Amino acid sequence: MDELLLRSLTPQVLGILVRRGADFAAAEDAVQDALVEAVRVWPADPPRDPKAWLVTVAWRKFLDATRANTSRRRREDVFDDEPAPGTPSAVDDSLQLYFLCAHPSLTPSSAVALTLRAVGGLTTRQIAEAYLVPEATMGQRISRAKRTVAEVRLDQPGDVATVLRVLYLVFNEGYSGNVDLAAEAIRLTRQLAAAIEHPEVAGLLALMLLSYARREARTAPDGSLVPLAEQDRGRWDTVLIAEGVSVLQAALARDRLGEFQAQAAIAALHADAATAAETDWVQILEWYDELVGLTDNPVVRLNRAVAVGEADGPRAGLAALAEIDDSLPRYTAVAAYLHERDGDPVLAARLYAEAAHRAPNLAERDHLTRQAARLNTRRD
Amino acid sequence: MKYLLLKHYRGAPVPENFVTMDQWTPQEITDHVQFMRDFAAKLETTGEFVDAQGLAPEGTWVQYGGEGKPPVTDGPFAETKDLIAGWMVIDVDSYERALEVAGELSAAPGAGGRPIHEWLELRPFMSAPPTVAD
Repeated sequence: MDELLLRSLTPQVLGILVRRGADFAAAEDAVQDALVEAVRVWPADPPRDPKAWLVTVAWRKFLDATRANTSRRRREDVFDDEPAPGTPSAVDDSLQLYFLCAHPSLTPSSAVALTLRAVGGLTTRQIAEAYLVPEATMGQRISRAKRTVAEVRLDQPGDVATVLRVLYLVFNEGYSGNVDLAAEAIRLTRQLAAAIEHPEVAGLLALMLLSYARREARTAPDGSLVPLAEQDRGRWDTVLIAEGVSVLQAALARDRLGEFQAQAAIAALHADAATAAETDWVQILEWYDELVGLTDNPVVRLNRAVAVGEADGPRAGLAALAEIDDSLPRYTAVAAYLHERDGDPVLAARLYAEAAHRAPNLAERDHLTRQAARLNTRRD
Repeated sequence: MKYLLLKHYRGAPVPENFVTMDQWTPQEITDHVQFMRDFAAKLETTGEFVDAQGLAPEGTWVQYGGEGKPPVTDGPFAETKDLIAGWMVIDVDSYERALEVAGELSAAPGAGGRPIHEWLELRPFMSAPPTVAD
């Protein structure tokens, strides 16, 4: 049985139940129950029409649960057993679910969890394992999120930007358990891109594809980080890169530039360089200038300082760095790198060690400590 | 993001009007323990609870003893300054929220039913490295 096919039907089935008048929280539970039953039944008895099967089973489970919960209030009268087929398209239904699960009233971690369950079709246990929290806690987080959005009407248009932020979080932040969250984020963004014509959705998809393409090369067999310049470019996934570039080109052609398209453009320029030395830093810097204009995010300014250092030399990079708040995460690591390139290994070693002390994760800390050690133990 | 809330037997700053637990009434101890239990349960309903554990005060220093030899031990280390009593791990959306949770936990009732104002050590976990890095 194809688990991805099954999960890709989740938002459509859920959308149909909600469209028929089921409240979102109960419908979502019913769809999860139907998914569990599909996993149990399908291998021996595959349905001719998987989606219709899921809708039928989920609807029945919804009715059963509603009757069991509210028999005294006679709410079963509200629903017909054989409702008229929903008129709006499955695409619209799925799209509204993305908006609902990323609703601004949710905290980021709640929006992420709800999206993975209601749109992604993952179980609470899978999501809990992916974020290293107990299943009971994740269950409560999801229930709470469902209560928070209970009053939101599904027919109101949502903000694509909030959805993209949630998908970016799924892609970028999480541990790797049995579920590959980055791959899941790509799947959900692909699905979104198919449902809505929006250059930034395409931009985010391109950014994800181009970053994911380099994932294998970013880690050595022992788990340590390999910086971009030292990666074995033969291990980059050329199929993903080609797709990312083509998605990006189509988005850029619409001439509505946004943050994710600009970030993807930078990733595409890196992907385009056969060796680190052939990287077109001048053009990358131009894209960083665009990005600064679009977001004015301090992290973007920090990355821009690195690009300045490559395009115009370390002195220029350090000058750009001087204009940035030095309390930013990774500021000291960038300073260390630029000072080393500027020919000051003693200062660079000290800064690498300081940066290691402030690193937000173990892989980066070890990498930075190794950089400091390399400079401290070199023999000239 | 995950945070560790570390409780100390010893080594933390001592709060004003501190009364050791053995000087409380049995009911005050019961109330304190109940507060801790309720607190963990409440954090579970908010989807923020990860773990809570207590540690025995007695411990042993252990060191590699060399090839073919048993580990070298030392202790109990009664004289060490810093002694961890236990911890709670939370998964929250911001540093501000972590502070809020720690503040509430530090208000656990003690002697006379008053908040103990215990000093808790708040430490962020190292996260997983991000996927987008370059």
